[in-house]
Amino acid sequence: MSQALEHPTYNYKVVRQFAIMTVVWGILGMSLGVLIAAQLIWPELNLGLPWTSFGRLRPMHTNTVIFAFSGSALMATSYYVVQRTCQARLVSDRLAAFTFWGWQAVIVSGLVTLNLGWNTSKEYAEFEWPIDLLLAAVWIAYAAVFLGTIRRRRTSHIYVANWFYAGFILTIGVLHIVNSAEVPVSLSKSYSAYAGAVDAMAQWWYGHNAVGFLLTAGFLGMMYYFVPKQAGRPIYSYRLSIVHFWALITTYMWAGAHHLHYTALPDWAQSLGMVMSIILLAPSWGGMINGMMTLSGAWHKLRTDPILRFLVVALSFYGMSTFEGPMMAVKTVNALSHYTDWTIGHVHSGALGWVAMITIGSLYHLFPRLYGQQEMYSVKLIAVHFWMATIGTVLYITAMWVNGVLQGLMWRAVNDDGTLMYTFIDTLEASHAGYVVRWIGGGFFLGGMLLMAYNVAMTVRGGARDAQPAARTA
Amino acid sequence: MNDLWGNALSDFWSGWIIVITLGTIVFCAWVLFGNRKTDKRPDAQGNVETTGHSADGIDEYDNPLPRWWFILFIGTLIFALGYLALYPGLGNFRGLLGWTQERQWQAEMERAEARYAPIFERYRQTAIPELAEDDEAMRIAERLYLNNCAACHGSDAKGGFGYPDHTDDAWLYGGSPQAITRSIAQGRGGVMPAWNQLGDDNLRNLANYVASLSGAEHDAARAARGKALFSATCIGCHGVDATGNPALGAPDLTDDAWLYRHPGQPVREAVLATLHQGRKGRMPAQAPFLGQDKVHLVAAYIYSLTH
Ligand code: HEC
Ligand code: HEC
Ligand code: HEM
Ligand code: HEM
Repeated sequence: MSQALEHPTYNYKVVRQFAIMTVVWGILGMSLGVLIAAQLIWPELNLGLPWTSFGRLRPMHTNTVIFAFSGSALMATSYYVVQRTCQARLVSDRLAAFTFWGWQAVIVSGLVTLNLGWNTSKEYAEFEWPIDLLLAAVWIAYAAVFLGTIRRRRTSHIYVANWFYAGFILTIGVLHIVNSAEVPVSLSKSYSAYAGAVDAMAQWWYGHNAVGFLLTAGFLGMMYYFVPKQAGRPIYSYRLSIVHFWALITTYMWAGAHHLHYTALPDWAQSLGMVMSIILLAPSWGGMINGMMTLSGAWHKLRTDPILRFLVVALSFYGMSTFEGPMMAVKTVNALSHYTDWTIGHVHSGALGWVAMITIGSLYHLFPRLYGQQEMYSVKLIAVHFWMATIGTVLYITAMWVNGVLQGLMWRAVNDDGTLMYTFIDTLEASHAGYVVRWIGGGFFLGGMLLMAYNVAMTVRGGARDAQPAARTA
Repeated sequence: MNDLWGNALSDFWSGWIIVITLGTIVFCAWVLFGNRKTDKRPDAQGNVETTGHSADGIDEYDNPLPRWWFILFIGTLIFALGYLALYPGLGNFRGLLGWTQERQWQAEMERAEARYAPIFERYRQTAIPELAEDDEAMRIAERLYLNNCAACHGSDAKGGFGYPDHTDDAWLYGGSPQAITRSIAQGRGGVMPAWNQLGDDNLRNLANYVASLSGAEHDAARAARGKALFSATCIGCHGVDATGNPALGAPDLTDDAWLYRHPGQPVREAVLATLHQGRKGRMPAQAPFLGQDKVHLVAAYIYSLTH
């Protein structure tokens, strides 16, 4: 990019790089999602080859959307937010560049090796040990850049968005290093350092906090900057942010055991996972309330500003999935929901509704500012994208709710002689329609991302098409 | 007291868990109450003045915590304490209800046993051939089959690669009521070693010879060369006339029923693969969890498929 784009004080180059890659990885990750959704309807699409089979593509989907898409989105926005709210340039441009190229290297090598079948078999921690090491190095560099920048801030106060980003960065570093402790036996194979129920607990302590810190705390950081900015309103309550921040990070740590209800995990650990998940409802909603109430006084802007609509709907889905989560953590509910598509619906109400929507809204705010434009090339396309994303999410999660409850009920239905009323294959047949609807929903969501890519490309090339002054704030 | 306290954990770890759990709950309550009130006055729109720090142009109001949210939070903390009093959670403390997941499971199994066992007991005394004629019994038996066996043997009981077909007359272990019951109740495991030590050329000869036994496509010259080796090596298990041995589960090689053959695969290739790899089919014993009565009923179902 030309010199003219360089901000006099801040390092925008790395922000631009991560922002562009967020869109690229988002499209790849969601295409993989649509593909595996199709494979669950038409198994022939596995093509009979190892590299194109569901078993290889599914972890590629989850790792691309979590680490490549969400990870890049968090890095882009955290670097932007920390500089602007601390009024300081990133501590080191070279280290920041290392985090960008290092992160891309982690992702590319991770995806290639997953496709070759290298897999630790720990969900969301599937990368084998050489990539784990690289990931740890990049993450430590990221922490150094972010925290170093906070240290050299020119403001007296550390803005709340930065608390959440910092919490997420520190925790993910610790989680990754502890859970990925493994004994290598060859370049492509290692065994976990833990065994049995301890291994399972370490894995889900990691897995749940990957959700809780990467997909939640990090994105709350994003929310705390982009919502007030786009709405042009002050944060509703500073003290609410203090309470929900501290309560959130304390209780999330405990909740992982709700992934292991009714297993070999001791009863006491399961119970603690359950009660902490219930408590977690309140701090989670604290974030939603603070975001929503920040918009009070700016509701009229929703009519003209599709970016704000993305942010509001993201907050609503956040509230919904964090209500659903604690309910599913209750043992009796989990006995029904576990192993069913309900979990998949819950995942994507968080992933599409919250993570992806808040990212998309924030990126639409960000891109024009990064490329010296007044606004995105087309605001109308943003509005279309908004509807595609919303329809896609609603189709996806309602289909999975119906499927999930149906499966749970069918699996436990018994005849009057005590035999099961349905075989497993019966429940698969019953799920077929839901899979088709989910696939269509995914298609909508992906289609929206393609529109975004076009809109971003045109914005980067320069110029807005349909200037709408009302949509432009702060 | 002993009823309330287990000893799964050492005193140290039990105490540690109690302290950090209650500590977490107290900490939440403390931040919550500590930030509840503000002395600042609301402005015209009802918002309390900002904190005074501004980040990149973003101000922060200092509004008090929403009341309903405050109550919700307290509610979850009270729920947590109540739950931990009733259920295991605080280290070695077992909870007032004495609940464990094993006990819950046992209670459910006992209830099911009491309710359903009489249904299966009714058929205990009926001989299998007779039971196979009883429509009502076979309806129940078919469900047992679909729940417990279809995953391996197929919903249509026609088997698959490595899984025997129950609808034909070829039996590995015999098709008498006793043999079928024995197969299901105690499981079966047929073992044939790999024969690579004979050399690839010999294996091809053997494969063609075996194919010739059932009249499948084969190379007559090779088959002739394989005959002697077969007699020297294979008849110990598969029998002099190659019709198999139910005591070992060695299959009849003269019929057209193949356990290890993919659909459409030429017989001699299927046999060659078997000779290269060896085979070790395993049918898991069902009596330990189905119980004798259900095994009896499902055995009658298998019997009914060919009678
Ligand atoms: C885990 C897969 C599996 C399940 C479940 C299973 N079987 Fe089998 N079964 C096998 C295999 C494999 C064999 C062949 C064993 C061998 O090769 O020696 C077999 C063999 C048998 C045989 C002997 C067949 C013969 O030709 O002699 C009978 C009868 C049988 N199964 C009935 C049942 C019934 C009834 C059930 C359900 C209650 C059941 N099986 C469940 C895998 C299974
Ligand atoms: C130790 C006893 C034993 C010997 C010796 C033996 N077999 Fe087998 N064979 C078996 C058993 C048992 C099975 C069934 C394996 C299973 O159930 O998984 C079997 C299976 C087979 C099958 C697969 C049949 C099918 O339906 O797919 C073929 C073919 C076969 N044997 C050929 C041979 C030949 C040729 C030889 C001589 C080189 C031989 N066997 C020697 C015990 C033996
Ligand atoms: C177009 C959009 C998407 C589609 C069509 C899609 C589709 C799918 C499918 C079919 C599965 C496998 C479900 C199963 O095994 O039954 C899955 C799993 C998963 N997806 Fe997506 N996905 C999409 C977007 C996303 C996004 C954006 C995220 C995260 C930010 C995400 C996170 C996950 C996770 C974490 C899982 C694993 C869930 C579990 O194991 O419980 N997905 N997705
Ligand atoms: C208060 C907040 C939340 C709680 C208490 C919670 C609770 C739960 C529970 C009980 C499960 C099911 C576990 C099982 O039966 O296997 C689950 C699964 C999951 N949740 Fe949440 N959830 C919360 C918020 C979220 C959010 C916001 C997201 C995403 C952005 C999310 C992502 C996931 C994922 C990815 C899984 C699937 C894990 C797997 O099995 O692979 N959760 N959650």
